[in-house]
Order: sequence, then structure tokens, then C-alpha cells
Amino acid sequence: MKSKWWLISLLVCLAVACISPLASSSPDGLERVAEDKGFLELGQDAPYQVIADYVFPGIANEALATILAGIIGTLVLFGAAYGLAWLLTLKRRRALA
Amino acid sequence: MHIPDGLLNVATVATTYVVSAGGVGGAVRIVNKKLGEKQVPLMGILAAFIFAAQMLNFPIAGGTSGHFLGAALAAILLGPWAAVLIMSCVLIAQCLIFQDGGLLALGANIFNMGLVASFSAYYIYRLFTWLMGSTRKGTLAGGFAAAWASVFLASVFCAVELAVSGTSPFGVVVPAMAGVHALIGIIEGLITTAVLSLVLATRADLLQLQRI
Repeated sequence: MKSKWWLISLLVCLAVACISPLASSSPDGLERVAEDKGFLELGQDAPYQVIADYVFPGIANEALATILAGIIGTLVLFGAAYGLAWLLTLKRRRALA
Repeated sequence: MHIPDGLLNVATVATTYVVSAGGVGGAVRIVNKKLGEKQVPLMGILAAFIFAAQMLNFPIAGGTSGHFLGAALAAILLGPWAAVLIMSCVLIAQCLIFQDGGLLALGANIFNMGLVASFSAYYIYRLFTWLMGSTRKGTLAGGFAAAWASVFLASVFCAVELAVSGTSPFGVVVPAMAGVHALIGIIEGLITTAVLSLVLATRADLLQLQRI
């Protein structure tokens, strides 16, 4: 079981993503300061949208859309960082083999 | 504190892109040389956890929320260069897929939440474990201080970039950002020490690995 600790950890990460609809919708630190100090309107939206604001498009239930966005992002990041680390250690692992 | 586009001027965008590109390039080179096989899955797990935890905004005082940053946790477990790579993965994905943080501001966001947060956290943690020893107490106290400082310092750099860009006067935006993030940093410290004590209880060997 010890060698599969990362699988358990990944399930924990996905569980964290599943409670994301409970997150506070208040502005974050920077947004609050931007609002209070009058420079919020200077901010521009991205010229394109993929899963904008962590809500998966086309799903009426916002909690479900947020959970889906969270699961996708969590898996993408696990894959991206694992893959990058795997590639960066590839040469040395070959040298050892 | 993901900066959207429109708040930074051209000079700040260019400078932060150049510095961050250099930092990420250095991180790739050093991780390529030093990352151990055991650390490969940990890179994936930390990126996944930091992304998921960053979605959970928690309310702090006065109708404001904050969220976990994670750079300190990554820097303590893997070292500052590996943490820069992890934070860059998270910030690039948030920018490209989730439209959180602007494309032009990506360099500044990687600089603040990647480079500044990871390196400040790592050296503060090292200072604490050097003074208090690599005991449970030293690890947790160092983890808390490093996590708080990483959020605080990242917010100060963010505010300075906004001020230099002429978005808001220096004397207004710096104290405002520092004040809010001094509070958010406390939560960062609590989450970081909670995860570190979980690691100490279940996989203490992960804290013995070489930091990169």
C-alpha cells in the first residue's frame, strides 16, 4: 500500500475539489483592494473563455459545474506536473538502467 | 491575488515576463539535474492539491475572502526550485483554462506567487529549523512562519507592481494589500502546518528527501 500513497493523496485532492461549491464567493484580497481603491474597472476579461471562473460551461447546476471544473483542473495539474517531473528525470533514469 | 490584465503597464509586464522566464528556465535546469525518482509523484500531487485547495476561498473579515497559495508547502517539501515549477504549472493552467489571472499579467503572477513566495518561504523555513532543529516543533513553527511570510511578501510585490504601473498610488495600494494578506497569511500558515503534521504522522520520510 505504501507505494500507492500518491493514489490515496490524489483521491483526497479530488475530494477537496468536490467541496469547492462551498467556497466563499466574496471578493479575494486583491479584488477587495481594487474595489475599495477604485481600480477594479481597469481589469480586463480574457479575450477567450475555456472554463471561465471555474464554472464548466453549459451546465445549469452551478455547484455541479464548479465540481466538474475542479475535478478537471485537479487531474490536469496532476498529469502536467507528474509528466513534467517524469520527463525531467527520464535521462538519469535511463542512465541508471 | 491573481492579477488580471489591464492593471499593469507595458514596462512592468515586460520586466516580470523576463524575470519569470529566467526563473522558470533555471528551475527546469536545476530540477532536471537533481529531482529524485521518489519526488516525481509528489510533484504531481502537490500541483493537484494546490489547484484544488486554491478553489476553496474562505471568508476573512469584512466581506473579503482569501485562498490557500501553497508555494510554502511545496518549497518546504520539495525545495524552492521544484516549488517554482509546481506554482508555474498551476498559474499557467489557471490562466489558460480557467481565465484566472491575465495572459499579460502571467509573468507578474509567476514572479509573485511562484518565485517570491517559494524562495521567501524556503529560507524562512530553513532559518527556523536551523534555530530550533529539525524537530516536529521546528518544522511546524517554521512552516507557519514561512507560509505567512510567503503570502504577505507576494502581496507586497503585487502591490508594488500595481503602484509602479500607475494603477494606484504607492501609499494606498501597498498598505491595503499588505493588511488584507497579513490576515490571509494566518490561514495559509494554519493549512500549511496541518498538512505538514499529516505528512510527519504518515510519511515523515518525505521530509528527509533532498530539497531542490
